[in-house]
Amino acid sequence: MFGLNKKDTSVLIIVAVMVMLAPFLLNPFPSASGLAQFNAGYPDLMQKFVIFGIFAIGFNILFGLTGYLSFGHAAFLGVGSYSCVWMFKLLGYNVLPGILLSIAVSGVFALLIGYVSLRRSGIYFSILTLAFAQMSYALAYSVLSNPKFNLTNGETGLQVYADDPQWFHNPDRLPDLPHLFGLSMRATYKLDLGAWEFQFNAGYYLCAVIMLACFYLAIRIFRSPFGMMLRAVKSNQQRMNYTGLNSRPYTLAAFVISGMYAGLAGGLLSAVDPLAGAERMQWTASGEVVLMTILGGAGTLIGPVLGAGFIKYFENIFSKINDYVLHSWFSFLPDGMEDAVVFLIHPFIGKGWHLTLGILFMLVVIFLPGGLVEGGQRLVNWIRGRKAKSSTAAHETNPAE
Amino acid sequence: MTKFDVSRRGVLKSGAFAGAGVALPTIFTASSAAAFTNEPTGSSVTLGFNVPQTGPYADEGADELRAYELAVEHLNGGGDGGMMNTFSSKALQGSGILGKKVEYVTGDTQTKSDAARASAKSMIEKDGAVMITGGSSSGVAIAVQGLCQEAGVIFMAGLTHSNDTTGKDKKANGFRHFFNAYMSGAALAPVLKNLYGTDRKAYHLTADYTWGWSQEESIKAATEAMGWQTVNTVKTPLAATDFSSYIAPVLNSGADVLVLNHYGGNMVNSLTNAVQFGLRDKQVNGKNFEIVVPLYSRLMAKGAGANVKGIHGSTNWHWTLQDEGSKAFVKSFGTKYGFPPSQAAHTCYVQTLLYADAVERAGSFNPCAVAEALEGYEFDGLGNGPTLYRAEDHQCFKDVLVVRGKENPTSEFDLLEVVEVTPRAQVEYAPDHPMFAGGSLGECNPGA
Repeated sequence: MFGLNKKDTSVLIIVAVMVMLAPFLLNPFPSASGLAQFNAGYPDLMQKFVIFGIFAIGFNILFGLTGYLSFGHAAFLGVGSYSCVWMFKLLGYNVLPGILLSIAVSGVFALLIGYVSLRRSGIYFSILTLAFAQMSYALAYSVLSNPKFNLTNGETGLQVYADDPQWFHNPDRLPDLPHLFGLSMRATYKLDLGAWEFQFNAGYYLCAVIMLACFYLAIRIFRSPFGMMLRAVKSNQQRMNYTGLNSRPYTLAAFVISGMYAGLAGGLLSAVDPLAGAERMQWTASGEVVLMTILGGAGTLIGPVLGAGFIKYFENIFSKINDYVLHSWFSFLPDGMEDAVVFLIHPFIGKGWHLTLGILFMLVVIFLPGGLVEGGQRLVNWIRGRKAKSSTAAHETNPAE
Repeated sequence: MTKFDVSRRGVLKSGAFAGAGVALPTIFTASSAAAFTNEPTGSSVTLGFNVPQTGPYADEGADELRAYELAVEHLNGGGDGGMMNTFSSKALQGSGILGKKVEYVTGDTQTKSDAARASAKSMIEKDGAVMITGGSSSGVAIAVQGLCQEAGVIFMAGLTHSNDTTGKDKKANGFRHFFNAYMSGAALAPVLKNLYGTDRKAYHLTADYTWGWSQEESIKAATEAMGWQTVNTVKTPLAATDFSSYIAPVLNSGADVLVLNHYGGNMVNSLTNAVQFGLRDKQVNGKNFEIVVPLYSRLMAKGAGANVKGIHGSTNWHWTLQDEGSKAFVKSFGTKYGFPPSQAAHTCYVQTLLYADAVERAGSFNPCAVAEALEGYEFDGLGNGPTLYRAEDHQCFKDVLVVRGKENPTSEFDLLEVVEVTPRAQVEYAPDHPMFAGGSLGECNPGA
């Protein structure tokens, strides 16, 4: 279907079903129970899952296929965000022009940076991209936000003010928030089913549909002759060059495509929440997408999406568990024991979420070098292996020695 | 090409699915028509405490969180009641807010607008928080204030000093108790005039971002009004940790006062560099060279150690104040945690009480009713003397403290001494003052 082979089609369908049913899947615990702390099915986090999924899918096209490790992808995310908010400020709150412009601007930006950075490979390429990203961050944070020429609004973050032109905005008919032809991105339909509450958010479904399109495009790129060329770059670029083939146009194209993915993710971030801050461009943000890709499995289709979800889950869920919550969980224990248990868990929650994430990251990298995807494969193989074993055990045959 | 086979059964099936899909929203009609976002319906009400737990202001954040926990304890009738006993309004009875037990959720702003907004959003969307408070940076405060305006909940700002929070970025749902850069300038100028005279040449080093500019502008205006000249203003990158290259030119500029518009780690480093360069032992234009740090905090003074001795600045509140409110707060905070609270802790504690009190007086959690109760509200007994929550810009007006680094500190907390309590009338300004112009509160938004 859609020009994909059977396996890829089933992957795409599984992803589509999971994404569409996410409000149910991510809210497994009744909203009144203590475990509701672990529910992730609220609009903001679901949006983050799919948007950073797009970011990571795009990054994986560059890193997973060509092996070029860019440490500056956050710059494109930031540029996309700023473009989108500028469209809100100038044209009005419809998200389409903003998203389109963010893709275009980040594409041009990626072309410029890629043209310079791709003259080097390996660690030098990484450092160049990192330098460009930090430069963009400094520009956005202070240089381009001085009162005379305020492009980014600095530390405060670019946002829409009441006195902005918004030429096509009609406040009588349209919501005063980002919308798609009148459908507010913040519109949420709440469904109460017994003890559960499920939230269906317009912004999430827009991002989800775009994410599926991006995922489909990524599959097509992975399976195309172009993708094969990129893999060749990864395995041995020198040999490619000796055969007389100029690999730079291919790497540059991959760089621009992944930059546009990042720009699209940035645009969507602004579309669901109309404020663009400079720290989106900081090196920590660039590092985060590298972590997402490696954690999920570099070079795999579904890996980066899983990694993005994993990291965002920790950032948003674990950082919100505090001692007060812990005490309410363990209140059934005797007093001394309760305090001891809370004391033991304390360093790993709240402000310690980085620590927990770091430990898990190390475990994954050491025991599952292929990321979460490898973990899944091993699990499947183990289950299959057990089944196979039990069936062979039934009619064991002796060697015909 | 994909081939589509259309069968009767297929058409029926897909028709049934489509019909179910269309009918879905009408089957499950919205459970209740809430009057405003996150209307508390049960026996408890949830507040969202959004503070930096990691990053450069983690110390302030930790102290803010302690203050919030203390405030919740007092609101629910625990502890000794702290400032609830000295507060001029007696609406709070220690039985929660409107009889509902106060519960809270916490989040990490990481001092990043994005993370702060994500965390505040999860409090609103997932935990049903009806009020968000906290933060230790103006960028974050403005970002979260904007979000609360859109979502229809009240935002009670924590530590934010930039003029913009209640100036060009003010919002109808946002309220600030902390003082601002303009007030720092207005409070400091007379003290500096008495100490250093009217014929001085000032050199500014300014952290290169919104708050830094805002403060530089305010201090420059206030000091120039009393006759000082400004020799030069130099912007320093926020990430800078070594300021020696910025200090050296000061010596040759002919300036005799150095103003450090820095906060947190920046201030600790720049002040240390300046003192190491021997600026304070210099004589320029026949006068002693002086250093001024307009925004002071005890946590910063601790970081800079002996270098703060004799250096002047302004602060919102200090634990050595002797009024009943401050004494009660320091006592209950000290009893619970074993050390005195910082100004960040004070403003956060007060904001929580003010919110709870406004809800009691309004008789509703509705953000619009709460805003109405806070607007133009006069109160006393919360540590800063008689205070007004001005209706035009949601900024509190109260006395401002001018402090000096103590020469002989008696403990690691006793680092600053109050030089003067600048009366409220002296730091007041018109709501349309040029430094605050350009924004509008807009309409209060109850959400839903």
